[in-house]
Amino acid sequence: MALKIVKGSIDRMFDKNLQDLVRGIRNHKEDEAKYISTCIDEIKQELKQDNIAVKANAVCKLTYLQMLGYDVSWAAFNIVEVMSSSKFTYKRIGYLAASQCFHENTDVIMLTTNQIRKDLSSPNQYDTGVALTGLSCFVTPDLARDLANDIMTLMSHTKPYIRKKAVLIMYKVFLKYPESLRPAFPRLKEKLEDPDPGVQSAAVNVICELARRNPKNYLSLAPLFFKLMTSSTNNWVLIKIIKLFGALTPLEPRLGKKLIEPLTNLIHRSFSSRVLIFIRFVFLNLLIKNCSHSDVIVSFCYITVLISLSSGMPNHSASIQVMKYLGLLAMSKILKTHPKSVQSHKDLILQCLDDKDESIRLRALDLLYGMVSKKNLMEIVKKLMIHVDKAEGTTYRDELLTKIIDICSQSNYQYITNFEWYISILVELTRLEGTRHGHLIASQMLDVAIRVKAIRAFAVAQMATLLDNAHLLTGNMQRNGICEVLYAAAWICGEFSEHLENPVQTLEAMLRPKVATLPGHIQAVYVQNAAKLFATILKNQEGNTDSTAAQETSQLMIDRLPLFVQSANLEVQERASCILQLVKYIQKLQQKDVEVAEEVSALFAGELNPVAPKAQKKVPVPEGLDLDAWINEPPSESESEDEQPKAIFTKEEPKHSRPRHTEVDEKELARRREARKQEQANNPFYIKASPSSQKVYQETPGVEHIPVVQIDLSVPLKVPGLPMSDQYVKLEEERRQKERAEKKKKEKKKRKEKRSGRGKKHDSGPESEEDITPAHVVDIVTEEMPENALPSDDDDKDPNDPHKALDIDLDKPLADSEKLPVRSHRAAGAPKSPAEDGEAENATPQEPKKKSSKEKRDKKKDKERDRKVRLRCWKHSPPSGRKSDSRSAQSEGRTKSSKHKKKKQKKEKEEKEKKKKKKHHHHHHHSDGGGEESVQNGTVEEEEPLPVSVCDIQGNLQDGSQVVVSVIFENKSDSFLKSMEFNVLDSLNSKLQRPEGSGPHDGLTVPFQLPPGVSNEARFVFTVQSIVMPQKLKGTLTFIVKDSSTHEKLDFKLHFTCTSYLITTPCYSDAFAKLLESGDLKSSSVRLEGVNMPFHHLLARICFHHHFSVVERIDSCASMYSRSIQGHHVCLLVKTSGQTVSIDAKCDEPTLLGNVLDEIKQTFSQC
Amino acid sequence: MVCTDNIDFTIPLQPAADRRMIKFVLMVNRQGQTRLSRYYHSVELSRRAALEADVVRYCLSRKKDQCSFVEYKDFKVVYRQYAALYIVVGITDSENELSIYELVHNFVEVLDKYFSRVSVYFSLQSELDIMFNLDRVHIILDEMIQNGHIVETNKSRILAPLTAIDKMVES
Repeated sequence: MALKIVKGSIDRMFDKNLQDLVRGIRNHKEDEAKYISTCIDEIKQELKQDNIAVKANAVCKLTYLQMLGYDVSWAAFNIVEVMSSSKFTYKRIGYLAASQCFHENTDVIMLTTNQIRKDLSSPNQYDTGVALTGLSCFVTPDLARDLANDIMTLMSHTKPYIRKKAVLIMYKVFLKYPESLRPAFPRLKEKLEDPDPGVQSAAVNVICELARRNPKNYLSLAPLFFKLMTSSTNNWVLIKIIKLFGALTPLEPRLGKKLIEPLTNLIHRSFSSRVLIFIRFVFLNLLIKNCSHSDVIVSFCYITVLISLSSGMPNHSASIQVMKYLGLLAMSKILKTHPKSVQSHKDLILQCLDDKDESIRLRALDLLYGMVSKKNLMEIVKKLMIHVDKAEGTTYRDELLTKIIDICSQSNYQYITNFEWYISILVELTRLEGTRHGHLIASQMLDVAIRVKAIRAFAVAQMATLLDNAHLLTGNMQRNGICEVLYAAAWICGEFSEHLENPVQTLEAMLRPKVATLPGHIQAVYVQNAAKLFATILKNQEGNTDSTAAQETSQLMIDRLPLFVQSANLEVQERASCILQLVKYIQKLQQKDVEVAEEVSALFAGELNPVAPKAQKKVPVPEGLDLDAWINEPPSESESEDEQPKAIFTKEEPKHSRPRHTEVDEKELARRREARKQEQANNPFYIKASPSSQKVYQETPGVEHIPVVQIDLSVPLKVPGLPMSDQYVKLEEERRQKERAEKKKKEKKKRKEKRSGRGKKHDSGPESEEDITPAHVVDIVTEEMPENALPSDDDDKDPNDPHKALDIDLDKPLADSEKLPVRSHRAAGAPKSPAEDGEAENATPQEPKKKSSKEKRDKKKDKERDRKVRLRCWKHSPPSGRKSDSRSAQSEGRTKSSKHKKKKQKKEKEEKEKKKKKKHHHHHHHSDGGGEESVQNGTVEEEEPLPVSVCDIQGNLQDGSQVVVSVIFENKSDSFLKSMEFNVLDSLNSKLQRPEGSGPHDGLTVPFQLPPGVSNEARFVFTVQSIVMPQKLKGTLTFIVKDSSTHEKLDFKLHFTCTSYLITTPCYSDAFAKLLESGDLKSSSVRLEGVNMPFHHLLARICFHHHFSVVERIDSCASMYSRSIQGHHVCLLVKTSGQTVSIDAKCDEPTLLGNVLDEIKQTFSQC
Repeated sequence: MVCTDNIDFTIPLQPAADRRMIKFVLMVNRQGQTRLSRYYHSVELSRRAALEADVVRYCLSRKKDQCSFVEYKDFKVVYRQYAALYIVVGITDSENELSIYELVHNFVEVLDKYFSRVSVYFSLQSELDIMFNLDRVHIILDEMIQNGHIVETNKSRILAPLTAIDKMVES
């Protein structure tokens, strides 16, 4: 029974599918987390099973859990497993999971490259489709580079379903791997004319996105798009095309005229199709500025927008709201080109502020921002203030608040004619409950007070009131956002204290005990500014004969400051204790009737000028200063390498001690001080203590250039209590009327007077902007800039823009070097171009002869032989990083063969090079020297887009089951290469020997760095189990290019041929005969046709390339012998007649023999 | 308007590395539970939950007679309600709101055609349909939107691969 239950539960466990999971979660509402954690445990069990169906089911469930927000990244590898299932239903689940869970940094993505490539080329279109869809979600730069070519091929797939997807994903590839854009672009262009509308629309999508960056490139496509626009019926496509034209029309004005007709047609058509595209048309038409006809359409569209807006007013159904929203959106676009027409609808837009839909209100607010002018600013802000009072919800209210400030402060307060009004608006805003924008108001107050000199007196008065009523602001802790305002208030009162009516009262207000409840940074400002105030008060009172008032003030300070000295905030504490001591000292002096006011106020002399935020950037680099040059010679790399080990082993005192800082004599110090002063005097950023800085301020360009009209002030400077900005609106109206009347009078007198307004002037209407004069003598102090500041327009370029990389000139012809990396390059034996073959062939003939003679000479003394294959591959160095891309890495093999002498167990190597044709990796060999064998061919394929190195690889094997591969690294680039790591993907048979403790996938560090043009050799030991089959090992070399400090990767292959396991072993004819007679050997034979070379050359070739030695030779018949590193005997009987060579061979290992014979055959077939 | 006060506007959203047009598609029920989510730019898992909760709460708090577009931080949200289910799409500023608005409806019509029970007005049953066939809904969505762009809007073309799969499963 119990067994049955267990069995049942096990069954259920494996049966639970997505539906069950969903149901289960719904049934466990109260302990959902617990239920899911058990589910995850089950899934983990299921993933351990071998059954792919169970795994797929588990992954499917994981996808659901991932959606619910559970981390499933631990299953990434299982997802890859499911992805690689051959059954589509499972594969699909795998890809779905991958697209949901993988992101660029998922490490298993590396493993998927080949799987995806396989799926992309699958005959089943849905396999391909699912791979493309998945890829679009997790494509990485690496994947993009490796697969770009495959995807490009898919763009011409027979099935439109695939083409469509491939075209779209190309956009993603372009983003990740911009080098692919140029080679792929022609094909992309073709797709615009694809017979399938789906593919067309995909291509339109991609080009529309691309055109955002560099529309000029796509101008040539305009006729094509024109055709598409008139023919396409897909609204979504039309929107894209029209957007694209929007980008193109500014570049080609003639295009605008041509577009009018089709657009008008479309507009009429689109009325029926739910006004879908219509809105975008409006935008487009506005871009066609050069065309006068378009105005007709503009007004036409525009009126329609208005209709949709106003008709929506009484009826609030959702779709009408939608229209309203879009109408407002359209207006904001119209505003940019036709501000007048929008401004006339101010009332309508203000009405939208009353809408109950927040989205619409926000849109309307946006519009208002662009609509304000000097004329209507006060009115608009007044309306907004009313809304602020009415608004529910802090979010919207905060939005209103920031908008008010934005509207007023835009373009350097361009539209503000009366700053007293603005200050009172700001003060009114402080009464807002629960706003979080206190700091914004504060910074506005500071900005205005600092930059508008004329307003200071008024501002100070207002701020003093604020400080006096601070309890209103701080009373409620919920409103703590607003207390930031006090920061500004305190500072303004302190800094401009000379304008204060009643400084003592303000000082008293600033030192109230309640202040201690404010945030630390505000208290600090309070304390500091109390000191400033104190200085001013002293100065005022010193003139009086009665000194008691001054002493009372000092006493007040001394009484109140200890409160701040105890503050927990360090800043407050520090300032307070400093000032307390100062005041105590002053008090002492006062008691002795010493005049101190001058000295005390000197503490706070000078003025702080605003500095432009970009000032630092704009300081011109002085001539002769090279910021990139080393100040001292950099320590050389080799030096540090040589010296460091010494320091470890010897206990010497470190040589480079540091007693550089010897005492500098007084003179020197004085000189430096002087120099520094000089420097500071010339430094525009140094805020000088001397009053002379005022002069700089006066000279600031911009202030003088603003012509100002003197006007009688009709505004009372002192407003009792909290001011009401409304008064200003009224006053402003009156003032303007008065002015207008005055103007008329003046006109009658026909005496023109120069009038001015700040900022730009727009000529319009009867009461134009320029008629409105500022109410005050207002200087807006421009922000300070360094002298000779460089005008720079690059400020607005965003260095992080991902599209920047796509700013590629597509009109340039495609260079050879710009081909996409093609997979076939990875294969070592890829067919080479005839030219390369030819080259290799040319090199071949002389070389073997030379070699063979040398071999003969060395024969007697040689004990050991090393054979090296040198492979060469090169890359084109692209002219610049931007246009570079990976091109087909071409490779050419050069064989280097060398001999080594062995003396007293020490290997001394003497290398002799031999060139050999690339395609066959066989090696003649005829010497009786023992103990050494090897050959490998490595192909190095380079795919990195940066100019890097060319690597030569040489290999060499040694006795036993171990094989030593020596690799020569040659740096052909111009950069310094470091941190090289050599790694080979182990096969079952061959393994790279790694130091103990490192994992099977770790790379070996190459023990040297490579300066440009230098080569060096490193050796790696491989363990080989079976030698009967040839094999190829894939490997990668990673390194860091020092200058760019980027990681580069170089892929290569090591080719272990069977021949490379043979050792040239001498054998005497009698032993040879015995061996043949023993009967243990299996025989095999090959026949070589058309070998046209002398018999002894043929033998030499076999000896050299395949490590055999000649046992006996009789006329046209020879017997040869070799031995493998594992002791297999290989015997050959070579006979020749005419052009036919027959080789009968015997060996105790038939597979090995077969492979060796194949390799011999290959050697000769390629001669 | 009540709930909007609680929205935490400080949750940092992964900076839109590239400006794709559609940022994400969500299906949520009235209780705010996510029934389907698809992101076209990578957002950390931990942030997804917060983002979803935020956006959804915002959308759910809106009344029926309010418009379907919401501006949320640096992007816009287009949502439509179908009975108990909300479909919420996050888009970049440069995307056409109306086209997405219509796309959502198109998506629902495709679901309707495939599940036949969904009908234009989702019911509880249809919500279950979507949950139980999450992978299929994903296929439909992937057919329509790829890479953050609209690929296909023709209903029968969208459903073609799905019907092929269903046949494959049956056989």
